[in-house]
Amino acid sequence: MLAKRIIPCLDVDNGRVVKGVKFVEIRDAGDPVEIARRYNQEGADEITFLDITASSDNRATMVHVVEQVASEVFIPLTVGGGIRQPEDVLRMLNAGADKVAINTAAVFNPEFVKEVCDRFGSQCIVVAIDAKRVPDQNGHHWEIFTHGGRKPTGLDAVAWARKMQDYGAGEILLTSMDRDGTKIGFDNELTRSISEAVSIPVIASGGVGNLQHLVDGVTEGKADAVLAASIFHFAEYSIGEAKRYMAERGVEVRI
Amino acid sequence: MGQKIAVIDYGMGNLRSVSKAVEHVCAAADEVRVTDDPAWIASADRVVFPGQGAARDCMAAIGQHQLNQAIRQAATSKPFLGICMGLQVLLSHSEENGGTDLLGLFPGEVRRFAASELKVPHMGWNRVQPSREHPLWAGIEPGSRFYFVHSYHVVPQDTGLIAATTDYGIDFTSAIAKGSLFAVQFHPEKSADNGLRLLQNFVRWQV
Repeated sequence: MLAKRIIPCLDVDNGRVVKGVKFVEIRDAGDPVEIARRYNQEGADEITFLDITASSDNRATMVHVVEQVASEVFIPLTVGGGIRQPEDVLRMLNAGADKVAINTAAVFNPEFVKEVCDRFGSQCIVVAIDAKRVPDQNGHHWEIFTHGGRKPTGLDAVAWARKMQDYGAGEILLTSMDRDGTKIGFDNELTRSISEAVSIPVIASGGVGNLQHLVDGVTEGKADAVLAASIFHFAEYSIGEAKRYMAERGVEVRI
Repeated sequence: MGQKIAVIDYGMGNLRSVSKAVEHVCAAADEVRVTDDPAWIASADRVVFPGQGAARDCMAAIGQHQLNQAIRQAATSKPFLGICMGLQVLLSHSEENGGTDLLGLFPGEVRRFAASELKVPHMGWNRVQPSREHPLWAGIEPGSRFYFVHSYHVVPQDTGLIAATTDYGIDFTSAIAKGSLFAVQFHPEKSADNGLRLLQNFVRWQV
């Protein structure tokens, strides 16, 4: 049976991991290469790098990070943040990324997703969706937001996910902007709504504070993979602990 | 002197991971070259044949790079490792792109996973059950997990070719072997220690 994936995510700013990482054994807690190596040793199923660099000059640094990691860490690598042109996708794939996550550019230019899926293949295109609950007469629905959850787009998240699948996306990285950073768990209702609406894999993101949240993302949210940042960075839990906890609760994982 | 290992480049996808992983497990004196040069492929001691993307595009790219003959020759004469599309195109025909003729080294079909509640593509780490002993499985526990990403799977006519199966709704063929040829649906270059072990077994394989 296919295992549910556990994906640690690193926010990288100008080549350095931000939000801090506390591994006692690690010499340089800001070095994405060293942290990726560590996560690989712990049994991470993939690693996602989110480039939060603002200036394009510094983006070249991200390419070097990916090159270094890909030369010694042999698990799938995803890179997101600032991917706006086909050339951005190409540069990351050539550096050794296996998948590239497209977020804002997809919202402003959905044809971009179609274009890069045709050119590079669906298997390497992840569409990142940042969604927020919005009240309506039937209760609520979820809407796509951009700019870190500040700008509404009017796009319905479920319809958008279906559209991105039709445009060729190979996977969806779904972040609840309501839950991001709260540590109270994924928005499992959101995850389930999207996961049941599409046939491509869905990665749940946003809100993980403990290991039960990872289990809930899979069992209640029907996620194919779960992504978390802080619980792994601060060594609250290791990837190995997370997997054992999930396995004990009946979730199929790679151990 | 080291051996020459060719990673066939026909413009379908990123081969950096494959070449890096092979370099990681081979001897320092070995030369790993990503190449579309038929002469270099013909002179190589071992050949790795990766590939991703759609069947029609892969076949077109093989034609454009004039690699048809070099691939056939290598696949039947020296240690040869097909990966992902590098497995699928060895069969005769694929359902993909409304039907695509493939290289036809082995009679058989490439079929899409049937619609079900299971997600397609089949993406992630799944168990690989060897169907028989083979030098490339050395040191790898039966049922070990490897990383997959694909929507189509091979159905060889000759079931004697099957070297491993994997359960995804159906038991599909996840590896085939014949003589000096071995081909896998999963990505050993992305499968952590088990994948590196398989690649190491390949670079040391004495056929």
